[in-house]
Amino acid sequence: MTSKEAVEKFVKDGQLVGFGGFTHGIPFAIAHEMIRHKKKHLAICKETPDLVVDQLLAAGCVDKLMFSWAGNPGVGSLHAFRRAVEQLVPHPLATEEYTHFITGARYLAGASGLPFMPVTTAVLASDLARHSNVFKTIDCPFTGKKICLVKAINPDLAVIHAQRSDREGNTQMWGIVGSNREIAMASEHVIVSVEEIVDSELVRRDPNRTVIPGFHVDAVVEEPWGAHPSYSQGYYDRDNQYYMDYEKNTRTQEEHEKFLEEWVFNISDRKEYLKHLGRERMSSLKTKTYYSAPVDYGYFG
Amino acid sequence: MVAAASRELKDHETVFVGIGIPQLGALLAQRTHAPHLTLIYESGVVGTQPQRLPLSIGDPTLVSGTYGIFNFYETFSMLLQRGFIDVGFVGGAQVDKYGNINSTVIGDYDKPKVRLPGSGGGCEIAGLSKRIVIITPHEKRRMVAKVDFITSPGFLEGSNTRAQFNLGGGPSAVITTMGVLRFDEQTKEMRLDSYHPGLSLEQVRQNTGWDLKASPNVKETEPPTAEEVRILREELDPQGIFLKKAVS
Repeated sequence: MTSKEAVEKFVKDGQLVGFGGFTHGIPFAIAHEMIRHKKKHLAICKETPDLVVDQLLAAGCVDKLMFSWAGNPGVGSLHAFRRAVEQLVPHPLATEEYTHFITGARYLAGASGLPFMPVTTAVLASDLARHSNVFKTIDCPFTGKKICLVKAINPDLAVIHAQRSDREGNTQMWGIVGSNREIAMASEHVIVSVEEIVDSELVRRDPNRTVIPGFHVDAVVEEPWGAHPSYSQGYYDRDNQYYMDYEKNTRTQEEHEKFLEEWVFNISDRKEYLKHLGRERMSSLKTKTYYSAPVDYGYFG
Repeated sequence: MVAAASRELKDHETVFVGIGIPQLGALLAQRTHAPHLTLIYESGVVGTQPQRLPLSIGDPTLVSGTYGIFNFYETFSMLLQRGFIDVGFVGGAQVDKYGNINSTVIGDYDKPKVRLPGSGGGCEIAGLSKRIVIITPHEKRRMVAKVDFITSPGFLEGSNTRAQFNLGGGPSAVITTMGVLRFDEQTKEMRLDSYHPGLSLEQVRQNTGWDLKASPNVKETEPPTAEEVRILREELDPQGIFLKKAVS
């Protein structure tokens, strides 16, 4: 399946979409396809919206954002996010704001088939407690001490990028895995893009690396460099220059639309995107190899 | 500033670090007096010894050669909530006299003048680490009497108000571009412990948003050693990416 087909088939206006990737493996290729398809009224949950959600915001695809840290990592602000919240541009944005821990716990509850997850009461000492309706405080039935409960989150759709999977969607990831497993298992449908589709045999030779089982994956798309400008551990480095250029070139809605024209709308698919990125820049982002040693699982035939 | 931050860390401790000056301070400590320091990032990387200067908390160089990687939920539950973090190295847009940190909004929450990124891991790191060290530029607009929004709890309204929320720990030091500040044991109000070389108590007071008191034995901050300066400039941040933000 191509990204285009996956988005046409599984992304619907008004859905709640959980986006995977924590600095590492952010599914830009699928998101750009969603922008080109002019998806509307999406609710998006992503602990760190990063540039990916900022671009969806600037394109007017999003009505609601659930998040815990909305910045350009290591660089500065997310300008579309700030425009939406400070100036209601391009339209008002409903927000639900948590801490990282609470976002993680909400996904874990959703992925575990539970209505809530208990978490520390630390958040009660913060002003966030006055602006959130996603947690309640109860007396613990075992200790009698106060404890917070946070509500499960179950997205309609999970969008994940990983290093590799087989054709059945048995998805493997290494490096920073973030909440990818929890987001996928909490969601009704799952789209995965990968750097490469590999033989099932390769997946089965290293089953501990699997984060999502294929039986729960609706679409798997082979999309090399599908996480650029974020990175894919062992495949290519983070394009820090893109993150810095974004800071300078998206300060107004007008500039932002120009940026989207260049990187999303004037481009038909990821192949063209990579042409636009250019060989030179791509080779500067290629990383030197640094292999792990194989482990012995034992053979019982 | 970076050297002062690094001196807050002891060997064999675990430290939850953010990018920028906090990370430089922790990496400097690891290369000087605290070789067994475990650096933990909210991306789940545990025990990193990065091969180049990481530019974000999820930089791939943090992964290659680290001794463990936790997923997102596990990082905050099994490392932080379980009580394994000795020190949280945190920053924010505003810090007030009780060490509360704002990284959420300037102005009103519902109609913010400036929308900042938000808590991230900050709220629970400040709430649950055994102690926190706050690292911030020292300006009047940042060092305020009362923050616009408490994102990460310090001593709240002073005295025992933090304990009422069943939180231990709390801020033990604030390292700024002008000095090192610590907290009065009774009132939990921040006071100047030392001013960096070349500055005076009066200059620090002029750049603080409340009537800053000084500790009875306020002194000059011990300057960085030649070796610390060499490690920072030659090994850790040769391009001066973060060092240029740290005066002295």
